[in-house]
Amino acid sequence: MKLLEELAQSLERGDSQAAADSTRGAIELGLPAQRILDDGLIAGMAVVGRRFKAHEIFLPDVLLAAKAMYAGLALLKPLMIEQAVATQGKVVIGTVQGDLHDIGKNLVGIMLEGAGFEVLDLGTDVAPETFVDTAVREGARIIGLSALLTTTMPVMRKVVEAVEKRGLRPEIRVIVGGAPLSAAYAAEIGASAYCFDGISAVETVREMLGVER
Amino acid sequence: MRPILRLLDGELRERIISEGRDLVCNLGVEIHNQRAVSLLVDHGARFDAARGRVFLTQESIDTALASAAGSFTLYDSHGDDAVHLGGDAVNFVPGSSAIAILDSATGESRSPTSADYVRYARLCSAMRHIASQSTAMVPSDVHERISDSYRLYLSLMTCEKPVITGTFSSEAFAIMRDLLVTIRGSREALAGKPLAVFTCCPLSPLKWSDVTSQNLLDCAAHSIPVEIVPMPLAGFTAPVTLVGTLVQHTAEALSGLVMSQLANPGTPVLYGGSSAVFDVRYETTPMGDVGTMMIACACNEIGKALGLPTQAYIGLSDAKLLDAQAGLESSMGATLAALSGINSISGPGMLDFESCFSLEKLVLDNEICGMTGRLVDGVVAKEDFPSRRRFEELLAEQHLLISDHTRRYLREEIYFPGPTINRANLARWAEEGSSTLGARAAAEVVRLLGEYEPTRLDHDTRQELKARMERAAAAHGMDRLPVIE
Repeated sequence: MKLLEELAQSLERGDSQAAADSTRGAIELGLPAQRILDDGLIAGMAVVGRRFKAHEIFLPDVLLAAKAMYAGLALLKPLMIEQAVATQGKVVIGTVQGDLHDIGKNLVGIMLEGAGFEVLDLGTDVAPETFVDTAVREGARIIGLSALLTTTMPVMRKVVEAVEKRGLRPEIRVIVGGAPLSAAYAAEIGASAYCFDGISAVETVREMLGVER
Repeated sequence: MRPILRLLDGELRERIISEGRDLVCNLGVEIHNQRAVSLLVDHGARFDAARGRVFLTQESIDTALASAAGSFTLYDSHGDDAVHLGGDAVNFVPGSSAIAILDSATGESRSPTSADYVRYARLCSAMRHIASQSTAMVPSDVHERISDSYRLYLSLMTCEKPVITGTFSSEAFAIMRDLLVTIRGSREALAGKPLAVFTCCPLSPLKWSDVTSQNLLDCAAHSIPVEIVPMPLAGFTAPVTLVGTLVQHTAEALSGLVMSQLANPGTPVLYGGSSAVFDVRYETTPMGDVGTMMIACACNEIGKALGLPTQAYIGLSDAKLLDAQAGLESSMGATLAALSGINSISGPGMLDFESCFSLEKLVLDNEICGMTGRLVDGVVAKEDFPSRRRFEELLAEQHLLISDHTRRYLREEIYFPGPTINRANLARWAEEGSSTLGARAAAEVVRLLGEYEPTRLDHDTRQELKARMERAAAAHGMDRLPVIE
């Protein structure tokens, strides 16, 4: 449908105003929230993600697209609740205890939301138990941990242990990322996956939750 | 501020020029071309017939320097302004006349074919940071007597960029001139919008061959730009010191300049050079040597002091493969050349002492050229002052990734290389196949060749170029030109 194509294209342009206008127009036309979400907002972000991965556009373009997506999503949210629209899945993310760095974590959150996942961002300096409690309470099946410092990396192991101690594996999986990390470290602490950037985080979460592209 | 590298102080530079002038006036130049000798003698030079040496006058040098253009422009085959040669403008052009190509499929050097040449010229069209093309290789599948004109023909048919070229014989000039005139429509139009520069190389020490002298005069007669490229070898055919080599280089270049300007005052001339140190261990002429690079940069300073636009062979490598040595030597040379402000920098794509061309290296060198371009753009304030407002924005947003200021200046302020330069983190690089530089460059060659767009030459012009080349080939027993897919 042309209006939803325009909505997707407005995201590619990073045009928040146009994204809001198209979303409003689609709602007024009576289109189902699920369709507006899938064929407009998520479709637009999928193109943005592909172009970013191919180096055709840069990170600022992705962030502008995400901003435009939020402009549409803000209008769509009440309708989604009303129509009980399901997201692709919930992901709890945060920077581990003792670490205040959040740029990488925020990028991952933006990418995940752009791909249609519901992101519960706990911010920075988050205690291990808080991650686990939130995941259980919200029914999230993935916890994403971020750390920038070698001194805070060990906290990730504590989160994995907390999940194990409460008998939540393999229902809840822990994925990790951050500049000092590696796949080897992730394996060593028992994490389910290491994600080296926002795009790889989206791909990993999709795979884990069985979401088709 | 445009960053500038300087190797000579004013006093030393002027002394080198003065000594170089003294050489051509008092030691003389050996010239193996009667027309050139007569021209010089007619303008006051003394000729020692027994030794075959011509002794120029200081006046003729001054006259030549006064008439030579301080800058000029090259136009592409479509007639558009393409390359400005003057001031501290920096332009890159692939190295010239390789007799081998590094075959990426086999990893070995072999003789280049017409098909290789066309692939090169197509690739050259896509090199964003390389403003001109050169007749970079000598195709081995045509008669050697037309290999110079034929490579120009292939270049003109394939790529619109101006061409740095040259002849291997006196006879070839007329064919090559006619090819160029065919593009422009008339000799006057070609003179008004130069499409090619012919390279003219004196021999060291202080000698001009018949062919090169004639080529210099022929170009002058048609106002076709030339680059005078002396090649003294420090420690072999020139003094071992850089200063001594610079004196000789100056003398050889000035002698060519005088011939050119006396033949036709105002003929565009690039003060060029391909001087090198001589490696007495291997009997080679390393273009990747730091001394070679220093000579090139210092020659540029001398050329500029003489009021001339400049050229140099620099930014190439003596490595045999696209390896770390190739990257090291090429980037060091290109960086020094750009910082010096050499107007036409000949080197990209070249390996093995200017004898082997690599398409993959051309792609890598294009990135080096792009980086040096950013370097010479310098550090410039762009809506940076007063600063406080921007930092208030930063503190409020915690990043400036989507700030208006970032969006306005991102691509101008930060150079983003193509896929040959890997900037992924280790994990992503591994996920994408752990590619080597060579593999990435080879993939980029394939990608760019796949995107090639033919030149805008019209059908009649193409047919006329082809007919002219076929006639030249027929004169040497070739009844057809190689067929290229």
